[in-house]
Amino acid sequence: MTEFVATTLGLLPLPDWAKRDLEDLKGHQKHDLVDGNESEAVRAVYAEAREELLEAQADADIDVLVEGQLRWDDMLVHPLAVHDAVETHGIVRYYDNNNFYREPVVTGELTFDGDMAADLETATEYTDDLGAVIPGPYTLADLATDEYYGDEDAFLEALAAFLADEIKAFPDVETVLIAAPSLATAPPAAPERVADAIDTVVDATDAETILYPYWDALDAETYAAVADSDVDTLGFDLVSAWDQHVENVQSGPAPERVALGIVDGQNTRTESPAEIRETATDFFEETGIDPAVAYLMPNTGTFYLPTNRFVDKLDALGATSARPEATQ
Amino acid sequence: MTAEKDQFRPADHPNDHFLMTTVVGSYPKPKWHNRARDLYEDPDADFDEEAWQEAKDDAARLITSEHERAGIDVVVDGEMRRNEMVEFFAHRIDGYEFNGPVKVWGHNYFNKPSVVDEVAYGDSWLVDEYEFTASVADRPVKVPITGPYTLASWSFNEVYEDEETLAYELADLVNEEIEKLVDAGARYIQIDEPALATTPDDHAIVKACLDRIVAGIDEDVRIGLHVCYGDYSRIYPEMLEFPVDELDLELANGDFEQVDVFKDPTFTKDLAFGVIDAHDAEVESVEEVKANIKKGLEIVPPEQLVVSPDCGLKLLPREVAFEKTQTLATAARELEAELDRGTVDPVSLRAD
Repeated sequence: MTEFVATTLGLLPLPDWAKRDLEDLKGHQKHDLVDGNESEAVRAVYAEAREELLEAQADADIDVLVEGQLRWDDMLVHPLAVHDAVETHGIVRYYDNNNFYREPVVTGELTFDGDMAADLETATEYTDDLGAVIPGPYTLADLATDEYYGDEDAFLEALAAFLADEIKAFPDVETVLIAAPSLATAPPAAPERVADAIDTVVDATDAETILYPYWDALDAETYAAVADSDVDTLGFDLVSAWDQHVENVQSGPAPERVALGIVDGQNTRTESPAEIRETATDFFEETGIDPAVAYLMPNTGTFYLPTNRFVDKLDALGATSARPEATQ
Repeated sequence: MTAEKDQFRPADHPNDHFLMTTVVGSYPKPKWHNRARDLYEDPDADFDEEAWQEAKDDAARLITSEHERAGIDVVVDGEMRRNEMVEFFAHRIDGYEFNGPVKVWGHNYFNKPSVVDEVAYGDSWLVDEYEFTASVADRPVKVPITGPYTLASWSFNEVYEDEETLAYELADLVNEEIEKLVDAGARYIQIDEPALATTPDDHAIVKACLDRIVAGIDEDVRIGLHVCYGDYSRIYPEMLEFPVDELDLELANGDFEQVDVFKDPTFTKDLAFGVIDAHDAEVESVEEVKANIKKGLEIVPPEQLVVSPDCGLKLLPREVAFEKTQTLATAARELEAELDRGTVDPVSLRAD
């Protein structure tokens, strides 16, 4: 019997009123993006939007709620983009999306910052079922430029240590989800080093940890390395690369806890609760696994979606956990 | 090449050489035109459909004339009737719906439409726009159309098996629209495919789209393809197989670093060469633009060269856009005269 748990990952889409208000307050150019020193007026809009989205998740019966990463103008590189030891350069493409972020260039030591913890802290006022979403160390290394640490291994280790320090400052959360798209889209040359970096991150928390690569499946070597790491739960983007996921699970260690990206975060077509559950059970059947827990989620952040479809998808996800089902 | 650029040579053209000048399409909207749109969209304002139509006509007349005053040979209306390059078309194609804005970067949003039913040709897209512009223009008029690959890539697809299938369906609709435009008298169509630059591996899909787009279209109708802001080495020389007369490329923004890409193998299409940076508000000098045009002559002989800005100029202040356009036209005319006199030798430029 698999317990289904409905959750989501960031970034969530800003409510339309907040898009308009922030456009007026912040402007349209790259120097107008969030840098950690926003005005009170800007912070107030984000706080109100965060509360609204936490309510929307609760209303939809989502089990583990997220803060939403609404301030993350630079998507997953946000924790670097706001850091004092990082310069932001030109606008660069975010994966193969039609989205862009400021290139973060690390020019000094990545000391403790506290930006992520502060946003999570505000979210704890509204829910006891909070999950944190952080970028993975390898993903940050892939998206950022290093001008301080000098070599790839040192940079990866520094990013892992930085994330570990940030996590230690988090309020009590149920889960820490490590968003790791680059692990899938740009497979690492040395998967065992990446697994070490992941251990550094997950060992910093008592919360359940979820490693979630997306936009593709891991290659076999990377899968074997991370399956062997200290992370509690392995994630699979089932929208993107079904066959390779199946192959990985069949030939690697069978995960006892999984996170399944089933709801398409980049398409407005809304999946039904039955369809979501069926996709999960099909995956179990095809791979022959019987996990104790399966988190059901969108496969990517949902900021790609217009607000109305985002809410429809939340509702569908929330409805899946209301009726836990056997996998047999 | 059948749809020669010479068909657009003005009767009073001053030089033997003809480096046809044109623009990519969009142009800054006059402030009053944006205010008119705000009023039209404000349910409390006393500004009806008729008033909005008049504002669009006035803006189109003004900007068409502004291109003529700048000295451009083949003109457009600056896309005064269009709000955005995907939205405008999605509103006119059956099967699309709009659900709200989505993020592009920072606080820049786009009303990304969803395909929720099979796409079909509904209202005419551009025939009225073309007929009006042609009626107020003294010069030939070009019609820019967002290409099917970009329309498919920049939409949510809820219906078709994949984006490729959607792109082909849309290509058939673009073909239908071009037929109507040609019936209305249009002789020069530009397909805009900026999405190809983001996913260059899909060049074969774009070619298959273009095959559908030009099917049954009179060979005298000049078809151009505009692709901007990407790594051209990933789509050249494959682009030479596209069934178009002209490839319109952005090169000034990258300081012409990609010019060598097009030297081998030989560029066999007409080249609409971007010589003006659409993202820099500093106006280039005539001498600078002449030097830029010469870089185009390193790729093709003058007979195959068309002079154009990198991209639509809509993000620039209007006076800057005008000065840049005027500089482009002046530089082309001066360089033609130098080619006539033999002080610029295109053969040696290509040999370098």
